[in-house]
Amino acid sequence: MQFTAEQLALVRRLQALYPDKRAALLPVLQLVQDTFGYISLEAEEYVAGLFDLPPAHVHEVVTFYTLFFQEPKGRHVVSVCHNLTCHLEGAPTVLAHLRMRLGVDVGATTADGRVTLLAVECLCACEMAPMLQVDDRYEGNLTPAKIDRILEGLA
Amino acid sequence: MAERILTRNFHLPESHTLRVYRETGGYEGLSDVLAMAPATIIETVKRSNLRGLGGAGFPTGVKWGFIPKGYQGPVYLVINADEGEPGTFKDRYLLEKDPHGLIEGMIISAHAIGSRLAFVYVRGEYVQPWRIFSRAVQEAYDAGFLGKSILGSGVDLDVVVHRGAGAYICGEETGLISSLEGKKGWPKLKPPFPAVRGAFGAPTIVNNVETICHVPHIVQRGASWFAALGTAGQGGTRMYSVSGRVARPGVYELPVSVTLRSLISEHAGGIANGRRLKAVVPGGSSAPILTADEIDVTMDVDGLKNAGTMAGSAGVIVMDESVSIPEALMIVARFYAHESCGQCTPCRESTGWIYKMTRRIVEGKGRKEELDTILDVARRGAGTTICAFYDGAVGPYISYIEKFRDEFEALIPQ
Repeated sequence: MQFTAEQLALVRRLQALYPDKRAALLPVLQLVQDTFGYISLEAEEYVAGLFDLPPAHVHEVVTFYTLFFQEPKGRHVVSVCHNLTCHLEGAPTVLAHLRMRLGVDVGATTADGRVTLLAVECLCACEMAPMLQVDDRYEGNLTPAKIDRILEGLA
Repeated sequence: MAERILTRNFHLPESHTLRVYRETGGYEGLSDVLAMAPATIIETVKRSNLRGLGGAGFPTGVKWGFIPKGYQGPVYLVINADEGEPGTFKDRYLLEKDPHGLIEGMIISAHAIGSRLAFVYVRGEYVQPWRIFSRAVQEAYDAGFLGKSILGSGVDLDVVVHRGAGAYICGEETGLISSLEGKKGWPKLKPPFPAVRGAFGAPTIVNNVETICHVPHIVQRGASWFAALGTAGQGGTRMYSVSGRVARPGVYELPVSVTLRSLISEHAGGIANGRRLKAVVPGGSSAPILTADEIDVTMDVDGLKNAGTMAGSAGVIVMDESVSIPEALMIVARFYAHESCGQCTPCRESTGWIYKMTRRIVEGKGRKEELDTILDVARRGAGTTICAFYDGAVGPYISYIEKFRDEFEALIPQ
Protein backbone atom coordinates (compact mmCIF):
# COMPACT_ATOMS: atom_id res chain seq x y z
CA MET A 1 0.00 0.00 0.00
CA GLN A 2 1.03 3.58 -0.64
CA PHE A 3 -0.46 7.05 -0.50
CA THR A 4 -0.91 9.05 -3.68
CA ALA A 5 1.25 12.12 -4.22
CA GLU A 6 -1.73 14.23 -3.20
CA GLN A 7 -2.17 12.29 0.03
CA LEU A 8 1.54 12.57 0.78
CA ALA A 9 1.24 16.34 0.41
CA LEU A 10 -1.66 16.23 2.87
CA VAL A 11 0.48 14.21 5.30
CA ARG A 12 3.18 16.91 5.14
CA ARG A 13 0.57 19.62 5.75
CA LEU A 14 -0.83 17.75 8.75
CA GLN A 15 2.66 17.21 10.17
CA ALA A 16 3.41 20.94 9.82
CA LEU A 17 0.38 21.89 11.93
CA TYR A 18 2.02 20.69 15.13
CA PRO A 19 5.16 21.67 17.07
CA ASP A 20 6.23 18.01 16.70
CA LYS A 21 5.26 16.23 13.50
CA ARG A 22 4.58 12.98 15.36
CA ALA A 23 1.39 14.62 16.67
CA ALA A 24 -0.10 14.10 13.20
CA LEU A 25 0.00 10.33 13.69
CA LEU A 26 -3.68 9.95 14.61
CA PRO A 27 -4.94 12.09 11.69
CA VAL A 28 -2.67 10.19 9.28
CA LEU A 29 -3.88 6.83 10.60
CA GLN A 30 -7.43 8.10 10.07
CA LEU A 31 -6.44 8.89 6.48
CA VAL A 32 -5.10 5.34 6.06
CA GLN A 33 -8.33 3.88 7.35
CA ASP A 34 -10.51 6.18 5.23
CA THR A 35 -8.48 5.16 2.15
CA PHE A 36 -7.93 1.44 2.68
CA GLY A 37 -10.78 0.55 5.04
CA TYR A 38 -8.52 -0.65 7.84
CA ILE A 39 -4.95 -0.42 9.10
CA SER A 40 -2.87 -3.46 8.17
CA LEU A 41 0.55 -4.32 9.61
CA GLU A 42 1.99 -3.29 6.27
CA ALA A 43 0.25 0.08 6.60
CA GLU A 44 1.62 0.51 10.11
CA GLU A 45 5.17 0.05 8.79
CA TYR A 46 4.53 2.44 5.92
CA VAL A 47 3.20 5.11 8.30
CA ALA A 48 6.08 4.54 10.72
CA GLY A 49 8.40 5.39 7.83
CA LEU A 50 6.55 8.66 7.19
CA PHE A 51 7.09 9.67 10.82
CA ASP A 52 10.58 8.26 11.50
CA LEU A 53 8.98 6.17 14.25
CA PRO A 54 9.52 2.51 15.10
CA PRO A 55 6.66 0.36 13.72
CA ALA A 56 6.07 -0.82 17.30
CA HIS A 57 5.05 2.72 18.28
CA VAL A 58 2.49 2.85 15.48
CA HIS A 59 1.21 -0.63 16.37
CA GLU A 60 0.83 0.42 20.01
CA VAL A 61 -1.26 3.40 18.93
CA VAL A 62 -3.41 1.46 16.47
CA THR A 63 -4.24 -1.19 19.07
CA PHE A 64 -5.01 1.36 21.80
CA TYR A 65 -7.91 3.16 20.11
CA THR A 66 -11.27 1.55 19.43
CA LEU A 67 -11.93 3.44 16.18
CA PHE A 68 -8.92 1.91 14.43
CA PHE A 69 -9.67 -1.37 12.68
CA GLN A 70 -6.91 -3.92 12.19
CA GLU A 71 -9.01 -6.05 9.88
CA PRO A 72 -11.34 -5.22 7.00
CA LYS A 73 -14.72 -4.03 8.25
CA GLY A 74 -18.09 -3.92 6.55
CA ARG A 75 -19.07 -1.16 4.16
CA HIS A 76 -21.07 0.24 7.06
CA VAL A 77 -20.41 0.08 10.78
CA VAL A 78 -23.34 0.03 13.19
CA SER A 79 -22.22 0.74 16.76
CA VAL A 80 -24.85 0.33 19.44
CA CYS A 81 -24.27 2.16 22.72
CA HIS A 82 -24.61 -0.29 25.61
CA ASN A 83 -23.70 2.02 28.47
CA LEU A 84 -25.92 2.90 31.42
CA THR A 85 -28.69 5.13 30.06
CA CYS A 86 -28.98 3.22 26.79
CA HIS A 87 -29.03 -0.04 28.73
CA LEU A 88 -31.88 1.25 30.91
CA GLU A 89 -33.75 2.41 27.81
CA GLY A 90 -33.44 -0.84 25.89
CA ALA A 91 -29.98 -1.36 24.36
CA PRO A 92 -30.21 -5.15 24.90
CA THR A 93 -33.40 -5.24 22.81
CA VAL A 94 -31.77 -3.10 20.12
CA LEU A 95 -28.78 -5.46 19.96
CA ALA A 96 -31.01 -8.53 19.87
CA HIS A 97 -33.03 -7.04 17.01
CA LEU A 98 -29.90 -6.19 15.03
CA ARG A 99 -28.37 -9.63 15.59
CA MET A 100 -31.55 -11.20 14.32
CA ARG A 101 -31.92 -8.92 11.28
CA LEU A 102 -28.25 -9.06 10.28
CA GLY A 103 -27.69 -12.69 11.23
CA VAL A 104 -24.37 -11.91 12.90
CA ASP A 105 -23.15 -11.58 16.45
CA VAL A 106 -21.66 -8.45 17.97
CA GLY A 107 -18.17 -7.89 16.60
CA ALA A 108 -18.87 -9.66 13.31
CA THR A 109 -19.51 -8.57 9.72
CA THR A 110 -22.32 -9.85 7.50
CA ALA A 111 -21.24 -12.42 4.90
CA ASP A 112 -21.91 -9.95 2.06
CA GLY A 113 -19.58 -7.42 3.72
CA ARG A 114 -22.39 -4.91 4.13
CA VAL A 115 -22.50 -4.26 7.88
CA THR A 116 -20.21 -4.69 10.88
CA LEU A 117 -22.13 -4.78 14.16
CA LEU A 118 -20.50 -3.44 17.31
CA ALA A 119 -21.52 -2.68 20.91
CA VAL A 120 -19.72 0.39 22.21
CA GLU A 121 -19.37 2.51 25.33
CA CYS A 122 -21.17 5.81 25.85
CA LEU A 123 -21.47 7.88 22.65
CA CYS A 124 -22.73 10.80 24.73
CA ALA A 125 -26.18 11.10 23.24
CA CYS A 126 -28.10 9.75 26.24
CA GLU A 127 -31.01 12.13 25.64
CA MET A 128 -31.95 10.00 22.61
CA ALA A 129 -31.40 6.62 24.28
CA PRO A 130 -31.41 3.93 23.12
CA MET A 131 -29.14 5.08 20.31
CA LEU A 132 -26.52 3.92 17.86
CA GLN A 133 -23.99 5.32 15.46
CA VAL A 134 -24.22 4.26 11.83
CA ASP A 135 -21.04 5.37 10.05
CA ASP A 136 -20.87 9.16 10.69
CA ARG A 137 -24.42 9.55 11.91
CA TYR A 138 -26.14 9.28 15.30
CA GLU A 139 -29.62 7.73 15.37
CA GLY A 140 -31.67 7.73 18.56
CA ASN A 141 -35.00 6.88 20.14
CA LEU A 142 -34.69 3.52 18.43
CA THR A 143 -37.61 1.18 17.87
CA PRO A 144 -37.54 -2.06 15.87
CA ALA A 145 -39.27 -0.25 12.98
CA LYS A 146 -36.75 2.58 13.05
CA ILE A 147 -33.84 0.13 13.13
CA ASP A 148 -35.30 -1.64 10.08
CA ARG A 149 -35.56 1.67 8.23
CA ILE A 150 -31.92 2.46 9.06
CA LEU A 151 -30.80 -0.95 7.77
CA GLU A 152 -32.81 -0.53 4.56
CA GLY A 153 -30.83 2.64 3.85
CA LEU A 154 -27.49 0.82 3.93
CA ALA A 155 -26.32 -0.32 0.50
CA MET B 1 -37.19 31.45 34.17
CA ALA B 2 -33.49 31.97 34.74
CA GLU B 3 -31.47 33.60 31.99
CA ARG B 4 -29.82 31.20 29.60
CA ILE B 5 -26.30 32.21 28.62
CA LEU B 6 -24.56 29.39 26.76
CA THR B 7 -27.73 28.01 25.23
CA ARG B 8 -29.41 31.35 24.43
CA ASN B 9 -29.16 30.85 20.67
CA PHE B 10 -29.86 27.13 20.51
CA HIS B 11 -33.42 27.68 19.27
CA LEU B 12 -32.31 29.79 16.29
CA PRO B 13 -31.98 28.07 12.93
CA GLU B 14 -28.37 28.33 11.70
CA SER B 15 -27.15 29.20 15.21
CA HIS B 16 -23.84 27.60 14.25
CA THR B 17 -23.07 30.16 11.55
CA LEU B 18 -20.93 33.25 11.87
CA ARG B 19 -23.82 35.33 10.52
CA VAL B 20 -26.25 34.35 13.29
CA TYR B 21 -23.54 34.55 15.95
CA ARG B 22 -22.71 38.12 14.93
CA GLU B 23 -26.36 39.13 14.60
CA THR B 24 -26.84 38.14 18.23
CA GLY B 25 -23.89 40.17 19.47
CA GLY B 26 -21.09 37.64 19.03
CA TYR B 27 -17.51 38.94 18.59
CA GLU B 28 -18.86 42.47 19.24
CA GLY B 29 -16.77 43.22 22.30
CA LEU B 30 -13.74 41.23 21.18
CA SER B 31 -11.60 44.21 20.12
CA ASP B 32 -11.98 45.81 23.53
CA VAL B 33 -11.20 42.54 25.31
CA LEU B 34 -8.05 42.00 23.25
CA ALA B 35 -6.90 45.46 24.39
CA MET B 36 -7.17 44.35 28.02
CA ALA B 37 -4.08 43.22 29.91
CA PRO B 38 -3.91 39.41 30.22
CA ALA B 39 -3.51 39.69 34.00
CA THR B 40 -6.79 41.64 34.21
CA ILE B 41 -8.64 38.87 32.34
CA ILE B 42 -7.18 36.16 34.58
CA GLU B 43 -8.15 38.18 37.67
CA THR B 44 -11.71 38.61 36.35
CA VAL B 45 -12.07 34.88 35.69
CA LYS B 46 -10.70 34.12 39.18
CA ARG B 47 -13.20 36.47 40.84
CA SER B 48 -16.08 35.04 38.79
CA ASN B 49 -15.73 31.69 40.56
CA LEU B 50 -15.83 29.85 37.25
CA ARG B 51 -15.05 26.19 37.97
CA GLY B 52 -13.94 23.67 35.37
CA LEU B 53 -17.03 22.02 33.91
CA GLY B 54 -15.42 18.91 32.43
CA GLY B 55 -15.36 16.94 35.65
CA ALA B 56 -12.77 18.02 38.18
CA GLY B 57 -14.36 21.38 39.05
CA PHE B 58 -11.04 23.14 39.53
CA PRO B 59 -11.19 26.99 39.60
CA THR B 60 -10.38 28.06 36.03
CA GLY B 61 -8.63 31.36 36.81
CA VAL B 62 -6.44 29.65 39.39
CA LYS B 63 -5.42 27.02 36.82
CA TRP B 64 -4.47 29.76 34.37
CA GLY B 65 -2.36 31.38 37.07
CA PHE B 66 -0.14 28.28 37.33
CA ILE B 67 1.72 29.08 34.11
CA PRO B 68 5.24 30.04 35.23
CA LYS B 69 5.59 33.82 35.41
CA GLY B 70 7.80 35.31 32.73
CA TYR B 71 7.97 32.08 30.71
CA GLN B 72 9.43 32.94 27.31
CA GLY B 73 8.65 29.92 25.09
CA PRO B 74 5.36 28.85 23.51
CA VAL B 75 2.31 28.19 25.67
CA TYR B 76 -0.60 26.07 24.46
CA LEU B 77 -4.32 26.20 25.07
CA VAL B 78 -5.98 22.83 24.60
CA ILE B 79 -9.74 22.48 24.54
CA ASN B 80 -11.01 19.19 25.86
CA ALA B 81 -13.88 18.26 23.54
CA ASP B 82 -13.34 14.57 24.22
CA GLU B 83 -16.72 14.30 25.86
CA GLY B 84 -17.07 10.72 27.07
CA GLU B 85 -18.35 10.59 30.63
CA PRO B 86 -21.41 8.34 30.52
CA GLY B 87 -24.55 10.42 30.94
CA THR B 88 -23.05 13.61 29.50
CA PHE B 89 -23.85 15.25 26.16
CA LYS B 90 -23.63 19.02 26.64
CA ASP B 91 -20.38 19.68 24.75
CA ARG B 92 -21.85 18.03 21.67
CA TYR B 93 -24.62 20.65 21.72
CA LEU B 94 -22.12 23.49 22.13
CA LEU B 95 -19.94 22.29 19.23
CA GLU B 96 -22.95 21.87 16.96
CA LYS B 97 -25.08 24.84 17.97
CA ASP B 98 -22.65 27.51 19.16
CA PRO B 99 -19.17 26.80 17.76
CA HIS B 100 -18.35 30.50 17.49
CA GLY B 101 -19.05 30.90 21.20
CA LEU B 102 -16.25 28.41 21.82
CA ILE B 103 -13.96 30.12 19.31
CA GLU B 104 -14.50 33.54 20.90
CA GLY B 105 -13.87 32.03 24.34
CA MET B 106 -10.68 30.48 23.01
CA ILE B 107 -9.44 33.77 21.56
CA ILE B 108 -9.92 35.53 24.90
CA SER B 109 -8.54 32.66 26.99
CA ALA B 110 -5.49 32.25 24.73
CA HIS B 111 -4.82 35.98 25.01
CA ALA B 112 -5.07 35.71 28.81
CA ILE B 113 -2.53 32.89 29.08
CA GLY B 114 -0.27 34.11 26.27
CA SER B 115 -0.96 31.27 23.83
CA ARG B 116 -0.72 31.72 20.08
CA LEU B 117 -1.53 28.15 19.13
CA ALA B 118 -4.57 26.28 20.44
CA PHE B 119 -5.80 22.75 19.88
CA VAL B 120 -9.33 21.44 20.08
CA TYR B 121 -9.38 17.71 20.80
CA VAL B 122 -12.73 16.33 19.59
CA ARG B 123 -13.67 12.74 20.33
CA GLY B 124 -13.43 10.61 17.20
CA GLU B 125 -17.08 9.52 17.26
CA TYR B 126 -18.25 13.16 17.11
CA VAL B 127 -18.05 13.39 13.31
CA GLN B 128 -20.91 15.87 12.83
CA PRO B 129 -19.79 18.14 15.71
CA TRP B 130 -16.24 18.04 14.32
CA ARG B 131 -17.44 19.02 10.83
CA ILE B 132 -19.59 21.86 12.11
CA PHE B 133 -16.87 23.16 14.42
CA SER B 134 -14.20 22.91 11.70
CA ARG B 135 -16.38 24.94 9.33
CA ALA B 136 -16.81 27.58 12.03
CA VAL B 137 -13.03 27.77 12.50
CA GLN B 138 -12.65 28.37 8.75
CA GLU B 139 -15.32 31.09 8.87
CA ALA B 140 -13.50 32.73 11.76
CA TYR B 141 -10.21 32.70 9.85
CA ASP B 142 -11.86 34.16 6.76
CA ALA B 143 -13.41 36.97 8.81
CA GLY B 144 -10.16 37.84 10.60
CA PHE B 145 -11.14 36.48 14.03
CA LEU B 146 -8.32 33.94 13.89
CA GLY B 147 -4.82 34.11 12.48
CA LYS B 148 -2.35 36.99 12.60
CA SER B 149 -3.20 40.17 14.50
CA ILE B 150 -6.86 39.45 15.16
CA LEU B 151 -8.95 42.55 14.30
CA GLY B 152 -5.70 44.53 14.13
CA SER B 153 -5.02 43.97 17.82
CA GLY B 154 -1.54 42.52 17.42
CA VAL B 155 -2.84 39.34 19.12
CA ASP B 156 -2.32 36.15 17.07
CA LEU B 157 -4.08 32.83 17.42
CA ASP B 158 -4.06 29.71 15.30
CA VAL B 159 -6.47 26.88 16.00
CA VAL B 160 -5.89 23.23 15.11
CA VAL B 161 -8.87 20.89 15.33
CA HIS B 162 -7.65 17.42 16.29
CA ARG B 163 -9.74 14.26 16.29
CA GLY B 164 -9.42 11.49 18.83
CA ALA B 165 -9.80 7.84 17.89
CA GLY B 166 -11.94 6.31 20.61
CA ALA B 167 -10.66 6.10 24.20
CA TYR B 168 -12.42 7.45 27.30
CA ILE B 169 -9.11 7.97 29.08
CA CYS B 170 -8.19 10.73 26.63
CA GLY B 171 -10.70 12.94 28.44
CA GLU B 172 -8.23 12.94 31.37
CA GLU B 173 -6.10 15.97 30.70
CA THR B 174 -2.68 14.31 30.66
CA GLY B 175 -4.04 11.33 28.73
CA LEU B 176 -5.41 13.84 26.25
CA ILE B 177 -1.98 15.46 25.96
CA SER B 178 -0.33 12.07 25.29
CA SER B 179 -2.91 11.38 22.61
CA LEU B 180 -2.48 14.84 21.08
CA GLU B 181 1.24 14.14 20.87
CA GLY B 182 0.55 11.08 18.73
CA LYS B 183 0.85 8.40 21.41
CA LYS B 184 -1.55 6.04 23.11
CA GLY B 185 -3.56 8.03 25.64
CA TRP B 186 -1.67 7.15 28.80
CA PRO B 187 -2.00 9.72 31.58
CA LYS B 188 1.21 11.23 32.92
CA LEU B 189 2.44 11.45 36.47
CA LYS B 190 1.84 14.84 38.10
CA PRO B 191 3.75 16.97 39.02
CA PRO B 192 4.78 18.48 36.73
CA PHE B 193 1.28 19.72 36.05
CA PRO B 194 0.43 20.57 32.44
CA ALA B 195 0.47 24.30 33.25
CA VAL B 196 4.20 23.89 33.89
CA ARG B 197 5.08 21.13 31.44
CA GLY B 198 2.28 19.92 29.19
CA ALA B 199 1.83 19.33 25.48
CA PHE B 200 5.15 19.09 23.57
CA GLY B 201 6.92 19.90 26.83
CA ALA B 202 5.50 23.42 26.99
CA PRO B 203 3.19 25.04 29.57
CA THR B 204 -0.33 23.99 28.59
CA ILE B 205 -3.78 24.82 29.85
CA VAL B 206 -6.41 22.16 29.20
CA ASN B 207 -9.99 23.39 29.62
CA ASN B 208 -13.37 21.86 28.86
CA VAL B 209 -15.55 23.23 26.02
CA GLU B 210 -18.31 24.55 28.28
CA THR B 211 -15.83 26.22 30.64
CA ILE B 212 -14.32 28.23 27.80
CA CYS B 213 -17.73 29.10 26.34
CA HIS B 214 -18.45 31.01 29.56
CA VAL B 215 -15.37 33.23 29.25
CA PRO B 216 -16.64 35.89 26.78
CA HIS B 217 -19.71 36.50 28.95
CA ILE B 218 -17.68 36.76 32.15
CA VAL B 219 -15.21 39.20 30.66
CA GLN B 220 -17.91 41.39 29.12
CA ARG B 221 -20.52 41.34 31.90
CA GLY B 222 -18.18 41.18 34.84
CA ALA B 223 -17.00 38.77 37.48
CA SER B 224 -19.59 39.82 40.05
CA TRP B 225 -22.47 39.29 37.65
CA PHE B 226 -21.29 35.72 36.96
CA ALA B 227 -20.47 34.91 40.58
CA ALA B 228 -23.91 36.14 41.70
CA LEU B 229 -25.64 33.65 39.39
CA GLY B 230 -24.29 30.73 41.38
CA THR B 231 -23.41 29.76 44.94
CA ALA B 232 -20.67 30.95 47.31
CA GLY B 233 -18.05 28.66 45.79
CA GLN B 234 -19.11 28.43 42.15
CA GLY B 235 -20.37 31.09 39.79
CA GLY B 236 -22.70 30.94 36.86
CA THR B 237 -24.94 28.48 35.16
CA ARG B 238 -24.00 25.12 33.73
CA MET B 239 -25.52 22.70 31.32
CA TYR B 240 -27.06 19.66 32.97
CA SER B 241 -27.44 16.61 30.76
CA VAL B 242 -30.47 14.73 32.07
CA SER B 243 -31.22 11.21 30.86
CA GLY B 244 -32.80 7.96 31.92
CA ARG B 245 -36.30 7.61 33.32
CA VAL B 246 -37.46 11.22 33.11
CA ALA B 247 -40.32 12.54 31.01
CA ARG B 248 -38.14 15.04 29.13
CA PRO B 249 -34.50 14.00 28.78
CA GLY B 250 -32.23 16.75 27.45
CA VAL B 251 -29.80 19.55 28.21
CA TYR B 252 -30.92 22.12 30.78
CA GLU B 253 -28.87 25.24 31.42
CA LEU B 254 -29.54 26.42 34.95
CA PRO B 255 -27.80 28.30 37.76
CA VAL B 256 -25.62 25.89 39.73
CA SER B 257 -27.75 26.64 42.79
CA VAL B 258 -30.61 24.58 41.31
CA THR B 259 -31.50 21.53 43.39
CA LEU B 260 -31.40 18.03 42.01
CA ARG B 261 -35.07 17.65 42.96
CA SER B 262 -36.07 20.70 40.94
CA LEU B 263 -33.92 19.65 37.99
CA ILE B 264 -35.64 16.28 37.83
CA SER B 265 -39.20 17.09 38.78
CA GLU B 266 -39.68 20.56 37.29
CA HIS B 267 -37.23 20.96 34.44
CA ALA B 268 -37.01 17.39 33.14
CA GLY B 269 -40.71 16.78 33.71
CA GLY B 270 -40.47 14.28 36.56
CA ILE B 271 -40.23 10.53 36.41
CA ALA B 272 -41.59 8.96 33.25
CA ASN B 273 -44.71 6.75 33.25
CA GLY B 274 -45.80 7.79 36.76
CA ARG B 275 -43.23 5.57 38.43
CA ARG B 276 -41.31 6.47 41.57
CA LEU B 277 -37.72 7.67 41.74
CA LYS B 278 -35.22 5.16 43.06
CA ALA B 279 -31.75 6.60 42.54
CA VAL B 280 -29.81 9.25 40.64
CA VAL B 281 -26.26 9.54 39.39
CA PRO B 282 -25.75 13.31 39.55
CA GLY B 283 -22.47 13.98 37.73
CA GLY B 284 -21.68 11.34 35.14
CA SER B 285 -21.11 7.66 35.82
CA SER B 286 -18.05 8.30 38.04
CA ALA B 287 -20.19 10.18 40.59
CA PRO B 288 -21.37 8.15 43.60
CA ILE B 289 -25.08 7.37 43.40
CA LEU B 290 -27.76 9.20 45.42
CA THR B 291 -30.96 7.61 46.71
CA ALA B 292 -34.41 9.15 46.21
CA ASP B 293 -34.12 10.65 49.72
CA GLU B 294 -30.88 12.45 48.92
CA ILE B 295 -31.92 14.77 46.10
CA ASP B 296 -32.50 17.98 48.07
CA VAL B 297 -29.00 19.14 47.24
CA THR B 298 -27.77 22.05 45.16
CA MET B 299 -26.06 21.05 41.93
CA ASP B 300 -22.87 23.05 42.46
CA VAL B 301 -19.44 21.53 43.06
CA ASP B 302 -19.52 22.07 46.84
CA GLY B 303 -23.17 21.10 47.33
CA LEU B 304 -22.65 17.69 45.74
CA LYS B 305 -19.29 17.18 47.43
CA ASN B 306 -20.95 17.78 50.81
CA ALA B 307 -23.59 15.20 49.84
CA GLY B 308 -20.82 12.62 49.41
CA THR B 309 -20.87 12.62 45.63
CA MET B 310 -19.60 14.94 42.93
CA ALA B 311 -20.80 17.40 40.30
CA GLY B 312 -18.41 15.88 37.77
CA SER B 313 -19.57 16.56 34.24
CA ALA B 314 -23.17 17.27 35.36
CA GLY B 315 -24.51 14.20 33.59
CA VAL B 316 -27.63 13.26 35.53
CA ILE B 317 -28.83 9.68 35.07
CA VAL B 318 -32.22 9.02 36.62
CA MET B 319 -33.34 5.54 37.67
CA ASP B 320 -36.88 4.64 38.68
CA GLU B 321 -38.13 1.87 40.94
CA SER B 322 -38.07 -0.70 38.13
CA VAL B 323 -34.28 -0.41 37.67
CA SER B 324 -32.05 -3.13 39.12
CA ILE B 325 -29.12 -1.44 40.87
CA PRO B 326 -26.87 -4.53 40.68
CA GLU B 327 -27.48 -4.69 36.94
CA ALA B 328 -26.73 -0.96 36.65
CA LEU B 329 -23.46 -1.50 38.53
CA MET B 330 -22.56 -4.38 36.22
CA ILE B 331 -22.98 -2.08 33.20
CA VAL B 332 -20.92 0.65 34.84
CA ALA B 333 -18.25 -1.87 35.91
CA ARG B 334 -18.03 -3.22 32.36
CA PHE B 335 -17.39 0.32 31.16
CA TYR B 336 -14.49 0.92 33.59
CA ALA B 337 -13.00 -2.49 32.83
CA HIS B 338 -13.12 -1.73 29.10
CA GLU B 339 -11.74 1.79 29.38
CA SER B 340 -8.95 1.29 31.93
CA CYS B 341 -5.84 2.21 29.93
CA GLY B 342 -3.85 -0.56 31.59
CA GLN B 343 -0.97 1.56 32.82
CA CYS B 344 -1.45 1.15 36.59
CA THR B 345 -1.85 -2.32 38.08
CA PRO B 346 -4.50 -1.54 40.73
CA CYS B 347 -6.81 -0.05 38.10
CA ARG B 348 -6.15 -2.55 35.31
CA GLU B 349 -6.66 -5.56 37.58
CA SER B 350 -9.42 -4.29 39.88
CA THR B 351 -11.68 -2.96 37.14
CA GLY B 352 -11.53 -6.32 35.38
CA TRP B 353 -12.14 -8.44 38.45
CA ILE B 354 -14.86 -6.20 39.84
CA TYR B 355 -16.72 -6.42 36.54
CA LYS B 356 -16.46 -10.22 36.65
CA MET B 357 -17.73 -10.34 40.23
CA THR B 358 -20.67 -7.98 39.64
CA ARG B 359 -21.58 -9.97 36.56
CA ARG B 360 -21.52 -13.23 38.49
CA ILE B 361 -23.78 -11.69 41.13
CA VAL B 362 -26.27 -10.45 38.54
CA GLU B 363 -26.26 -13.91 36.91
CA GLY B 364 -27.18 -15.45 40.27
CA LYS B 365 -23.81 -17.16 40.69
CA GLY B 366 -22.33 -14.77 43.23
CA ARG B 367 -20.85 -15.67 46.59
CA LYS B 368 -21.77 -13.79 49.75
CA GLU B 369 -18.21 -12.71 50.54
CA GLU B 370 -17.81 -11.13 47.09
CA LEU B 371 -19.63 -7.94 48.05
CA ASP B 372 -17.06 -7.27 50.75
CA THR B 373 -14.27 -8.30 48.40
CA ILE B 374 -15.42 -5.68 45.91
CA LEU B 375 -15.58 -3.02 48.62
CA ASP B 376 -12.15 -4.01 49.92
CA VAL B 377 -10.52 -4.03 46.49
CA ALA B 378 -12.17 -0.71 45.64
CA ARG B 379 -10.97 1.00 48.81
CA ARG B 380 -7.41 -0.34 48.63
CA GLY B 381 -6.85 0.85 45.08
CA ALA B 382 -8.31 4.33 45.49
CA GLY B 383 -5.66 7.03 45.39
CA THR B 384 -2.86 4.67 44.30
CA THR B 385 -2.90 5.32 40.57
CA ILE B 386 -1.46 7.93 38.20
CA CYS B 387 -4.79 9.52 37.28
CA ALA B 388 -8.29 9.89 38.71
CA PHE B 389 -9.86 7.23 36.48
CA TYR B 390 -9.80 4.49 39.11
CA ASP B 391 -11.05 6.83 41.83
CA GLY B 392 -13.92 7.57 39.46
CA ALA B 393 -14.70 3.86 39.18
CA VAL B 394 -14.52 3.40 42.94
CA GLY B 395 -17.30 5.97 43.45
CA PRO B 396 -19.99 3.77 41.89
CA TYR B 397 -18.57 0.44 43.17
CA ILE B 398 -18.79 1.54 46.80
CA SER B 399 -21.90 3.70 46.70
CA TYR B 400 -24.10 1.30 44.72
CA ILE B 401 -23.26 -1.57 47.08
CA GLU B 402 -23.42 0.39 50.32
CA LYS B 403 -26.71 2.10 49.51
CA PHE B 404 -28.47 -0.87 47.91
CA ARG B 405 -26.79 -3.83 49.62
CA ASP B 406 -30.09 -5.65 50.14
CA GLU B 407 -30.65 -5.76 46.41
CA PHE B 408 -27.25 -7.34 45.81
CA GLU B 409 -27.69 -9.85 48.63
CA ALA B 410 -31.09 -10.88 47.28
CA LEU B 411 -29.34 -12.09 44.10
CA ILE B 412 -26.77 -14.22 45.92
CA PRO B 413 -27.78 -17.86 46.48
CA GLN B 414 -27.93 -18.71 50.19
